[in-house]
Amino acid sequence: MARSGMQLPPSASGSGLQLSRRDLLRVLGVAGAGVAIASCGSDSSGGGGSSTASKEVTVGSNASDAVPKKAYEEVFAGFNKATGLTAKVNTVDHNTFQEQINSYLQGRPDDMFMWFAGYRMQFFAERGLATPVSDVWEKVGANYSDALKAASTGVDGKQYFIPFYYYPWAFFYRKSVFEKNGYQPAKTWDELVALSKQMQKDGLTPIAFADKDGWPAMGTFDYLNMRINGYDFHINLMGGKESWTDPKVTKVFDTWRELLPYHQEGSLGRTWQDAAKTLADKKAGLYLLGMFVGQQFQGAAADDLDFFAFPAIDSTIGTDSVEAPIDGFMLSKKLQNEEGAKKLLEYLAGAEAVNTYLKSDPNNIAANTTADTSGYSALQKKAVDLIGSAKHISQFLDRDTRPDFASTVMIPSLQTFIRNPNDVAGLTKKIEEQKKSIFAG
Amino acid sequence: MAVVRSSPAGAATRRRRRLLTRRDKLVLALMVGIPTLVHVGLVWVPALGSIALSFARWDGIGGLDTIQWIGTLNYRQIFTIYPPFWPAVQHNIIWLAFFIVVPTVFGLFLAVQLDKQLRGSRIYQSILFLPVVLSLAIVGFIWQLIYAPEQGLINNLLGRTEQGNLIDWLGNPKLNLWAVLIAASWRHVGYIMILYLAGLKSLDPTLREAAAIDGANEWQAFRRVVFPALKPINVVIGVITVIESLRAFDIVYVINKGTNGLELLSVLVTNNIIGEASRIGFGSTLAVILLVVSLAFIIPYLVVYFRGSFSRELR
Repeated sequence: MARSGMQLPPSASGSGLQLSRRDLLRVLGVAGAGVAIASCGSDSSGGGGSSTASKEVTVGSNASDAVPKKAYEEVFAGFNKATGLTAKVNTVDHNTFQEQINSYLQGRPDDMFMWFAGYRMQFFAERGLATPVSDVWEKVGANYSDALKAASTGVDGKQYFIPFYYYPWAFFYRKSVFEKNGYQPAKTWDELVALSKQMQKDGLTPIAFADKDGWPAMGTFDYLNMRINGYDFHINLMGGKESWTDPKVTKVFDTWRELLPYHQEGSLGRTWQDAAKTLADKKAGLYLLGMFVGQQFQGAAADDLDFFAFPAIDSTIGTDSVEAPIDGFMLSKKLQNEEGAKKLLEYLAGAEAVNTYLKSDPNNIAANTTADTSGYSALQKKAVDLIGSAKHISQFLDRDTRPDFASTVMIPSLQTFIRNPNDVAGLTKKIEEQKKSIFAG
Repeated sequence: MAVVRSSPAGAATRRRRRLLTRRDKLVLALMVGIPTLVHVGLVWVPALGSIALSFARWDGIGGLDTIQWIGTLNYRQIFTIYPPFWPAVQHNIIWLAFFIVVPTVFGLFLAVQLDKQLRGSRIYQSILFLPVVLSLAIVGFIWQLIYAPEQGLINNLLGRTEQGNLIDWLGNPKLNLWAVLIAASWRHVGYIMILYLAGLKSLDPTLREAAAIDGANEWQAFRRVVFPALKPINVVIGVITVIESLRAFDIVYVINKGTNGLELLSVLVTNNIIGEASRIGFGSTLAVILLVVSLAFIIPYLVVYFRGSFSRELR
């Protein structure tokens, strides 16, 4: 918009209009006024930034939903009180924020912005759109596990990210359904298949499933790949370093195909909320999803919700990896107030901030290991143990690989697999061809 | 002014100036110039920019110097290894054919019925026109509720909400395009109807009377007299239908972002350019292909129309 607007005046003078000098002056005057206004705008914001440099830190927030938004308001109020600085929060709709991140970071970004760990963070760090925060990590590193530090580190070895909370993915189920039918959580693949068969006999849909939006099925792929081929292979595959036509990948799809008959039918027309409802209504036995599935469970049903880890497939690998996307904070490149922003990061890395947050939004787990967990629900405590026992934490397919690859290749490919699980060779060949063309750039 | 008056060509200039004063010229220049500039700035510059970028690889980060020029690689990849492309072309063609046949014919039928001065025809008219007021995105939301597998209206009416017998209207790639076309037609019919109705109302009633006197029955009068007289409306509707079919986007985007059987060229452009994907070159290539397809439909149409109607009017 701005660019095309800028092009109008020069071409106006070039198109042979015969303006009198007075007209010309008038036009120039108007244009000049426009420029003056524009420069005023930038001056005042720039000037304002520098004059209160030590006081104000701007924050770009994607926490647009009511619950997280309110929770963050309380966190930032705590920061203002504790330090005397002011966090000026600019909240943008979650999806819009994500879609506009490229232009946002290149324009006039806020000092600090909310973002995701893993490849999604490394990408912007590598492109020089983020400020390293290794010095902050030196002060607060003791609050975090090594896995979290690794998830916050860019390819150059510097840290760029402060984790705030995360939520694990697992097989969720209702305790009452398991008690009534005498089911046991599955520890191995064979147990999972046997459990599914039993549920089918008992008239339940064994595994609730939805992939209309394209991303939920990624969780199943991630877990299968990590259980069959291990975390390192998974991350290398995501990073474009392994081939999709590798027999190891074929094995992932072959294993998945074995379980597909126990998945809820019609998944490509269903949202995760509807699939979660079938679990809540006790029509489905299991659902592999993130802990946010709890949003669909209220009251007593919420207490009835439980989960078990994705079962082991290869006993030499076991269940050493957990898929637990981490949300947190990064600093943009063009900092107006570096000192204040780092102070804010330090505050957010402390236990007090995340305690305040989780009090208002208990659907997550604090990334900070020193945070107060006494108020946690049984489900949250179990999630802490699950993540604590993990050697590796993956971030979810669309956070562990290039966003263009995830959205334009993997979403359609996984949907194709669900639709037609028999042509794995053709599918992986197409994925590999597209991967090569995308990772080439 | 003084300079002009004392110049040797002053007389000629003065005579011309009487027809068109300096002020008139300025006004005219502005009236022609501003729209031209807007047009060039908002249509031609972006279009030429897209064409240029279609030969590039760029993720939109950094200055223009970070653009890599890769020749026709994007085109080759789209035609060979990009699985959604050919389905998208096919779906756009199906969309166009369906829109030409179903909503157009049905809209014409409704318009003819409403033109018969039925009682309460205003009410029917409003009801049928109501969906046109809604954006296609909202139409998409409404029909998602109707098509939902377990909670949806249709499956509940049919009693097919159980595992094993449910109809997956929006998830089954063999069904979902047709389901969406019905939803889109629900809106489009009202639009077509109102256009035809306007045409029918403006028709000279003596034409029909003359046909009746000549002994034509209702179908013959419609077929031989009324429909041919609606030709200008038909042209407008033809253009609208082509445009609506090629720019179809919002309804499939709200349903599943245009994947799994609902691929359309417009959605592929968006999916590649907007959002974090930022495959600006690749998406531009798709946009150029869509532009070429649109031109292939619209240029011959307009050429035929303008040549025909102008020459007739001038004679």
